[in-house]
Amino acid sequence: MMKIGILAVQGAFVEHEAILKGLGVVCKEIRCKEDIEEPFDGLILPGGESTVQGKLLRELGLYEPMLGMINDGMPVLATCAGMILLAGKIEGQEQTYFATMPITVRRNAYGRQLGSFYTESAYDVLGNVPMTFIRAPFVTVAGAGTLVLASVDDRIVAVQYKNQIALSFHPELNDDTRIHENFIRLCRQQNI
Amino acid sequence: MENRYELNKQLAQMLKGGVIMDVTTPEQAKIAENAGACAVMALERIPADIRAAGGVSRMSDPKMIRGIQEAVSIPVMAKCRIGHFVEAQVLQAIEIDYIDESEVLSPADDIYHINKREFQVPFVCGARDLGEALRRINEGAAMIRTKGEPGTGDIVQAVRHMRMMNSAIQKITSMREDELFEEAKELKVPYELVSYVHENGRLPVVNFAAGGVATPADAALMMQLGAEGVFVGSGIFKSGNPEKRANAIVQAVTNYRDAKMIAELSADIGEAMVGINEQEIQLLMAERGK
Repeated sequence: MMKIGILAVQGAFVEHEAILKGLGVVCKEIRCKEDIEEPFDGLILPGGESTVQGKLLRELGLYEPMLGMINDGMPVLATCAGMILLAGKIEGQEQTYFATMPITVRRNAYGRQLGSFYTESAYDVLGNVPMTFIRAPFVTVAGAGTLVLASVDDRIVAVQYKNQIALSFHPELNDDTRIHENFIRLCRQQNI
Repeated sequence: MENRYELNKQLAQMLKGGVIMDVTTPEQAKIAENAGACAVMALERIPADIRAAGGVSRMSDPKMIRGIQEAVSIPVMAKCRIGHFVEAQVLQAIEIDYIDESEVLSPADDIYHINKREFQVPFVCGARDLGEALRRINEGAAMIRTKGEPGTGDIVQAVRHMRMMNSAIQKITSMREDELFEEAKELKVPYELVSYVHENGRLPVVNFAAGGVATPADAALMMQLGAEGVFVGSGIFKSGNPEKRANAIVQAVTNYRDAKMIAELSADIGEAMVGINEQEIQLLMAERGK
């Protein structure tokens, strides 16, 4: 049985959980160190506030072990705040979090809540997928080895680097489950 | 509009599991952000001081709100008076992330709430029970919070409001479908909203706890009672060590079922705000705007 860990320190994690459960995947909420003792096949970094999540990761002793997992090739699907946690560089600030992806991101790149928007746009080989951007970041530099999966208005909003997928938008907020299905496939391949 | 309302409800979803803190200066906003607040509420005086000062309490100076918007990267909310749609227009003009049409300020209208459907920016509103919550949602609120009793450090009212809301939701969930029409009439809300609650067993928007949260255990109590996140007003900057207390409340909200952790978090965080019991207060803010 496929089991996916979802960082559940703050933000929209139950939405991911609902989609994964619908796809027959077992989910494990990660709130403290004990939660990552049992193995799982993939990791989701949900939307929320990256400053809050980044801080809680360290305070709850999750940062080091999770960084190790990601570096060892654990498949990761990161949305919005999750993208910021993975970014190697964050514009306008020194601090980074996992920094396991060679990308530079701009936080709140579309401005405040009035800049939030919904669109449908091409994603990798999937064709058009629904994309909900909530005070979203985007990628300003995609470094070597990074595959661009989607761009909206010439701005990079979805990237993959090795087993890590980072999205500016929130696939968990719509009924379309294809991005999650793709991710589960990636987890499965990793397991063989 | 429909799309904007969806996006506004979804922003509230991103705040879940988080703590929204009242701040009165850019410095406090920075402290709150560093302590792990998922958003800040910019206001001139925190509820405990509004209570102490008396008089008419209004929307904050836009300049002061802008200062806070510049100081932090997390969402910034601000309060307008109940029914004062021009204050709300002003807050929208300065691109606030969320407007709290709040009973903490003096009401500007004793009958009508703001028609929140006309706005692009989202609104959060206080509610004591399910009827109030659904009425506010019908007017366009994209997020609900309990009213509690702000500025008291007394959790009893927030608990009461959360329990009332939950038991009403449970009752509707177990009703026969033909009983929902009468229930809608009783609650003075459209049938569609009652039907949503019947099918989903929850409000159609995110529901936070607010009013009287002063300790990590208070915050965890509200989470265990079903709140999806917590507002802390006077509880932080009226306490002995705001930074430490803010930190502890943030962690308690994440691990609200872990009593061992809450025990550690509650230790040595300085004095809690003094607080006033509900029997001792003159003014019940929760009674404003039904």
